[in-house]
Amino acid sequence: MAEQFLVEAVNDALHVEMERDPAVLLLGEDVGRSGGVFRATAGLLDRFGADRCVDTPLAEAGILGSAVGLCMAGFRPVCEMQYDAFSYPCLDQLITHVGRYRWRTGGKMTFPITIRMPYGGGVRAPELHDDSPETYYVHTPGIKVAIPSTPADAKGLLAAAIRDPDPVVILEPKLVYRTARGEVPAGEHVVPLGEARLARSGTDLTIVAYGAMVAVAERAADELAPQAEVEVLDIRSLKPLDEEALLASAAKTGRVVLVQEAPRTCGYAAELAAILAEKAILDLRGPVLRVTGYDVPYPYWSIEEAYMPSVARVVDAARRLLEF
Amino acid sequence: MAQVLPAEGDLRRVIGDGESVPDGEVDGLDENDLLELLRSLILLRTYDERSVVLHRQGRIGTYAIFWGHEAMQVGSFHALEDDDWIFPSYRESAIGLLRGMPAETVLSWWRGHPSGWWNPADYNVASICVPIATHVPHAVGLAWGKRLKGDPGCAIAYFGDGATSEGAFHEGANFAAVMRAPVILFCNNNGWAISTPLSAQTRAQALADKAIGYGIPAARVDGGDVLAVYEATRDAVARARAGEGPSFIEAVTYRAAPHATADDPSAYVDAQLVAEARANECVGRYVRYLRRLDVLTDELEQKLRAEALELMRAGIGAAEAQPAPDPSSIFEHALASPPDAWQHDLHELRRILRG
Repeated sequence: MAEQFLVEAVNDALHVEMERDPAVLLLGEDVGRSGGVFRATAGLLDRFGADRCVDTPLAEAGILGSAVGLCMAGFRPVCEMQYDAFSYPCLDQLITHVGRYRWRTGGKMTFPITIRMPYGGGVRAPELHDDSPETYYVHTPGIKVAIPSTPADAKGLLAAAIRDPDPVVILEPKLVYRTARGEVPAGEHVVPLGEARLARSGTDLTIVAYGAMVAVAERAADELAPQAEVEVLDIRSLKPLDEEALLASAAKTGRVVLVQEAPRTCGYAAELAAILAEKAILDLRGPVLRVTGYDVPYPYWSIEEAYMPSVARVVDAARRLLEF
Repeated sequence: MAQVLPAEGDLRRVIGDGESVPDGEVDGLDENDLLELLRSLILLRTYDERSVVLHRQGRIGTYAIFWGHEAMQVGSFHALEDDDWIFPSYRESAIGLLRGMPAETVLSWWRGHPSGWWNPADYNVASICVPIATHVPHAVGLAWGKRLKGDPGCAIAYFGDGATSEGAFHEGANFAAVMRAPVILFCNNNGWAISTPLSAQTRAQALADKAIGYGIPAARVDGGDVLAVYEATRDAVARARAGEGPSFIEAVTYRAAPHATADDPSAYVDAQLVAEARANECVGRYVRYLRRLDVLTDELEQKLRAEALELMRAGIGAAEAQPAPDPSSIFEHALASPPDAWQHDLHELRRILRG
């Protein structure tokens, strides 16, 4: 075990998986010579050559569309989208082909595509470098989605995505890329999709979060400690979802606060709230509350703190629920 | 206004008009090859004409007609080897027949039945692409992958004139050039994208000009001349196989049929041009060419037509004999490991269907 930043764990996973399987091929903008704008792909061009770590033209639909063809030729493409909001041109390919092609072939052909991208705000960046687009991906049939919050999960979930026979989108919290180190197993490390992580055990209230919001949830739990024992559930695999872990935690604490950075309406927290309403109604001691970004364009960075779900907003929601 | 429709003289042609324009020949094609082209033309023409009838009879659903496009499909197809991949749009829905795909399969596709979804690797024919131009990057990716693996083959993507306005076409063409992908971008320019004429699609003099911006060589051929299409595609395939990268072919014709069975073009097409296009349609042109060469008998032509009709009779019979799909089929194949929720959904669906 060694301590790594989250972005280093991503880089580690790419090295290990490309070493392990010669069919893995990386493509994206600035992934080769520069090693990626966040250095997530540093060293891969030198190690694996320009045919396996490919600097592409600036064309996200072209990247993902050619990845479909590369799958047909027997490759396992890993596509980097440079930023969350720059991934939107690839949604055309994602929706019309990537999530449907296996089905279209009666399950005879597989499309083991991984799409990975940095996502989320809080990094004082220009417009459209701050989005949380997970719902667009989660909503698309045939697509799996995972979001790590720790370096170990960043490595393990990316490895699982690359080995998965189906398309998987990995959103990496760029705010956490170089803010906290964590222990990461050396060599091969796989975290299966579909398993949530209990970040902290508690009995009075559950905060459900993923990505950069897990740290916010944990700090809120600290602040609430004198008043309540708060459980923090890191969902980490949005689709497939570990419904069992969600329902078990709701049954245990009876109070659930959902935290997401994305805008509220039809966000991922809405899906979790619906599941709780359908399957946990008798376990709940109060309403399911959401703490989310607002239904506005992500703001100018000088006031982004007001948009991002904060510890204070999560604590406030938790107190309201505890006092319900 | 810039001239958009091509000038008469600049299209590559082989077949003459039987009068002032003399017939040419294509090197390397013997009499059997020439008759094989005819067999394919008649097969596709019969498929198309029968499909329109089957639609009217309510036996297949909405159908995208390709009447008049057969020479583009057959000419380019016959320039390919079996290991070359074909990426059809809906306009080339039946091109798999030329690779031995049963008519039953394609008819089932148009019947909206799961048995119409084939395994592309069985025929090296990708799934029918319904949205416009989004399959162009797929063909490029496959061809690029072949180059990376050292496989000798290439890929061909078919699309229409309207597709050249789509971003996916441009991203795909640029990727093809940059990655030196052995791919042929085959544009069947029939002058119309449903009701949008070419003049409203582009201000370019010719669609082939678009290839210049990507550093891709292009050819313009008469899309009604199966031999000209064959020859141009054969050149492009040779380039691809020699490691020289992508080519663009613009095959020009005039759409003489509706876009699809749900379309009524009388509201927007020039009836005079349609009449001319129908009089000069590609199968008849080729039949007359073969007769001038004296390699085609009435007997053989009738035999080919009878064979194609029989194939369609058997195909629709087999498609209609397919049992109705089980409700479970909607939960099949989208994921290698289906989530538990689908089992739950299926149980609930069965319970409700039982009433």
